[in-house]
Amino acid sequence: MSPVLDNLDLYWSGFLKSLLICIYAMVGALLLGTVLAAFRVSPVPTLRWVGSAYVTVLRNTPLTVVLFFLAFGLPELGINQSFYTFGVAGLIFYTSAFVCEAVRSGVNSVAPGQAEAARSIGLNFTQSLTVVVLPQALRTVVPPLGSVIIAMFKNSAVVGAFGVGSDLYSVGKQLSSAQGLPALPVYVGSALGYLVITLSAGLALAVIERKVAIVR
Amino acid sequence: MSTTTPKAPSRRARRAAPDPGATVLFDAPGPVARRNAFVFSLVGAVLVVAVVVVAVLRLADRGQFKGALWAPLLDPSDKDFQQVWKLIGTGLGNTLRAAVIAIVLSLVIGTVIALLRLSLGRVGRVPVVALIELLRGLPVVITILLVYTVVTSYRVNLGFLPGGRDLWILVIGLTLYNCVIIAEIVRAGVVSLPRGQREAALAVGLTNQQAMRSILLPQAFRVMLPSLISQLIVVLKDTSLISLIGGYIELLKQGGLLIQNLGNPIQVYVVIGIIYILINYTLGKLAEYVQRRSSRSSASGRVPIVDGATGTATV
Repeated sequence: MSPVLDNLDLYWSGFLKSLLICIYAMVGALLLGTVLAAFRVSPVPTLRWVGSAYVTVLRNTPLTVVLFFLAFGLPELGINQSFYTFGVAGLIFYTSAFVCEAVRSGVNSVAPGQAEAARSIGLNFTQSLTVVVLPQALRTVVPPLGSVIIAMFKNSAVVGAFGVGSDLYSVGKQLSSAQGLPALPVYVGSALGYLVITLSAGLALAVIERKVAIVR
Repeated sequence: MSTTTPKAPSRRARRAAPDPGATVLFDAPGPVARRNAFVFSLVGAVLVVAVVVVAVLRLADRGQFKGALWAPLLDPSDKDFQQVWKLIGTGLGNTLRAAVIAIVLSLVIGTVIALLRLSLGRVGRVPVVALIELLRGLPVVITILLVYTVVTSYRVNLGFLPGGRDLWILVIGLTLYNCVIIAEIVRAGVVSLPRGQREAALAVGLTNQQAMRSILLPQAFRVMLPSLISQLIVVLKDTSLISLIGGYIELLKQGGLLIQNLGNPIQVYVVIGIIYILINYTLGKLAEYVQRRSSRSSASGRVPIVDGATGTATV
């Protein structure tokens, strides 16, 4: 295990970088996914159609293909960014489809009476969605949404493997191929870093679940 | 929940009733709302068209629509067409083979793990639960990488297995990750059955194992079939991770090799993306269909749905 212990500082910076990818992607995916979910339940057919087309395409495409698409396609459109930006953007696009489905299932789980009451006191669609339905929906979707986010934390390793540099995955690669350290302990070190992220996220999720659960 | 009055809806109201995708969030749109929606959609469509036009112009500017780039993929008379599609076919075959082997192995091993977890006592199952949490917490790309590292740096001989070493690196990596997810699906399936099923089996004189084997498991498998199909989608997508590590030539890696020769990344990735979407979409629809059927006739009536992407069971 000495290859890991000797390079703890490197692992620590890799860990922070991976964590940063996770946090950016989480915020982005939650925002985009919620907007998409609003699209999918909106009264405008075109928006519903756009939302479901997005979800169908992004959910059925491997994250790797999404990342390759951004990295090869966007420069051709004149959008040149670092692999890091493309990686995080790809993770956001991919995850937001799953967030959208989770939030939508939550919207459907809110009792119809709630929306009817909101409408009967004169709220319009946007108001009843944002003031009455979404706050309740978001609380019911904490468990599935949390699983989506944890899956996204794991997928951040794919972004690392894609080559964004200096995250947990890249640290392992650097230590094993550039410095010639034995590969297995080095990669086990990276794996431990990801385990810290996912397991603590799982614990945090359990706590949040207990706090916000609605008993129906 | 209908948005029209239940008594004698007028023909007009029935015609205006929202389509099945609609929710209780809004009324059946009246003339003004419909006009607004139409105007809104029109503006949106114009915006989208504008973006698409700009994108197409820029792509055309870079020569991405030149026949030479698309012909090997789309034009049967092109000299490379047959060879290209043969290679894509090989890649697709390799993807499907790895995914199917991995899902079958995961099913077998996952069932064993689930039975262990269900039959061991509170203390006895601690190592099983620890193993499940460990394998579930690791990113699958890391699992595959670890298997790859073990096999290559310790020269583990997998050559005796049919299909070659590279296939089995991917299959073992995927199986390690997915067997614990399948184990949780199986467990959710067994737990969701009514208690009476097991009690009746014991009452007619079956042992615990017999009840599990011939009464509980068969029902659980039927109930969880939709979840299994959605998990197959996840495994299919995850096979493409090996292209980041190296070795096995599945669909995405095959695309990368084609690009090296043809020099048309956008075109090849478009085709490969469409192939993935078509297969996974079909599987997703199949899972929905099976779900509808089994929820109509299952013994429990409560079919656990497991989100394929995350492996969490919600009953």
